[in-house]
Formats: sequence, structure tokens, C-alpha cells
Amino acid sequence: MQINSTGEVLTVYLKGEIDHHLARGMREEIDKAIDYYMPSLLILDFGEISFMDSSGIGLVMGRYKNLKKNGAKLSLVNLNENIYKIMKLAGIERLAEIEKGA
Amino acid sequence: METNKFTLKIPSRSCNESFARVTVAAFATGLDPTLEEISDIKTSVSEAVTNCSVHAYPNSIGVIYISCEILKDNVLKIKVRDKGCGIADIEQARQPLFTTGGEERAGLGFAVMESMMDSVSVRSKMGKGTTVTMKKKINRKDDAR
Ligand SMILES: Nc1ncnc2c1ncn2[C@@H]1O[C@H](COP(=O)(O)OP(=O)(O)OP(=O)(O)O)[C@@H](O)[C@H]1O
Ligand SMILES: [Mg+2]
Repeated sequence: MQINSTGEVLTVYLKGEIDHHLARGMREEIDKAIDYYMPSLLILDFGEISFMDSSGIGLVMGRYKNLKKNGAKLSLVNLNENIYKIMKLAGIERLAEIEKGA
Repeated sequence: METNKFTLKIPSRSCNESFARVTVAAFATGLDPTLEEISDIKTSVSEAVTNCSVHAYPNSIGVIYISCEILKDNVLKIKVRDKGCGIADIEQARQPLFTTGGEERAGLGFAVMESMMDSVSVRSKMGKGTTVTMKKKINRKDDAR
């Protein structure tokens, strides 16, 4: 997982698979970065995610709540068809801006 | 009619979630599924198996039984069973956003399974365990063309 911060914007490049087993580590790393950089926008990049189940929805919803405390926004980018389908099912577009991958 | 099936018995350790979904997906390749169908199968198995490790056996490691069978007309049947705590109210548990899992769970596992499979049935008995049975017809790639 790679993290890039440019002032207001924190970008997290997620990698691998998001399931219950792996979500915990990602959650901790992302929250640590949010606490440290205090961004006004968090961009989660799903370009390198090969699998996601509803644990990914929990991960996104949890980070949304976390960011909202400081009035910060959330954006999801580079979602493949399968990930996009799950995000839509969960209505995540009401919480975050979603940009599909190429 | 030839049939094909397998049964898998694994401890409810979270590291087995990926093993379970990949194994079922590998079995399903015999039906010549599309990439989207494979992804739907993997996701649904992941949901059912995760529910066993998170909810059925919250404080211990129990056994998860997964069985798969190919029925006629290219239908894949997947059964995920645990001998855990059981579900008090199945109808409520299947409601989107209902969760007993706290902050980090969305309560959408059953909704995801229902959207990706043709049918999902749940049987449960308090203190005895839960069985989730899912079916999905695989449209052979070759026939679609
Ligand atoms: N195998 C099971 N044993 C006992 N309870 C279960 C089982 N599967 C599901 N449940 C109950 O049903 C509820 C809904 O399950 P569902 O998978 O839809 O959501 P979740 O697991 O809570 O959250 P998510 O799947 O989005 O991470 C769970 O919170 C739990 O109370
Ligand atoms: Mg679940």
C-alpha cells in the first residue's frame, strides 16, 4: 500500500485483495495516515485491487465516517467493473465521488 | 447425467477465506463461466464464509463445511454450513444494512449474495448452526456467441 500526500489531498493506493482477513491492516494504515496528514480530501485508488467483498464496503463507510468528523471528503478512483458493482449496490455514491477505471 | 461435486472442511480462520473462494472458483471453471460469473461466485463464497468466521464462531475457531455440486442445466450449487451460534431472525438478518457486527461491517453480505446468485436460501437453528445454499446458472461462454 502506497501513500502520497500533497498538502490537502491524501491519496492511498490500495493493493491486493480486500476481504475480512486483509481489511483490518488496510484500515489501520489508512486511519494512521488520516490522523497524521489531516487531509481535506482522501482519494482511495482501487487500481491494484484484484478482489473485494462487502468488507470493502465496511472499509469505505468507516473511513467516510472518520473523515466526516473533520469535514473532509472521500473519493474512490480506478474501480473495476466488479468493485464498481458492489459499491453501487451499497449506495456508496451518496457518500463519496466514484470514478471508474479506464 | 454425469455429476461433479466436492466437499471442503476448513477451520474458521480468516486466512482461509481466500482459500475457500479460490477453490470454489476453480471448481466452477469446469462450467466455462465468464470472468464476471467467476467474480460473482468468489464474492458470494467470501461473504458466506466470512459470516461463519465473524458471526457463527465469534470467539473461537469452528469448522466451516463447503460443498459444491454441478446440477443439471449448468447450475452450480454452493452450500456453506457452520455449527456456530445460529441466527435468531433470518428475515431480519437478510435485510440490507442489518448487522450485529459493529462499526466496520456494512450489513450487506446477504444483499451481495442475493444480487450475484440466482437464489440464496438460509436455514438456521439457534445454538446449532447455519446453512446458506446458493445457486447460480452458468451461461456457457460459447453459447453466448
Ligand atoms: N453464519 C452465521 N451465523 C450467525 N449469524 C450470522 C451468520 N451469517 C450472518 N449472520 C447474521 O446476519 C447478519 C447479516 O449478515 P450480512 O453478511 O448481511 O452482514 P454483516 O456480516 O453483518 O456485514 P458485511 O457482510 O457487510 O460485512 C450478521 O450481522 C449476523 O448477525
Ligand atoms: Mg457478512
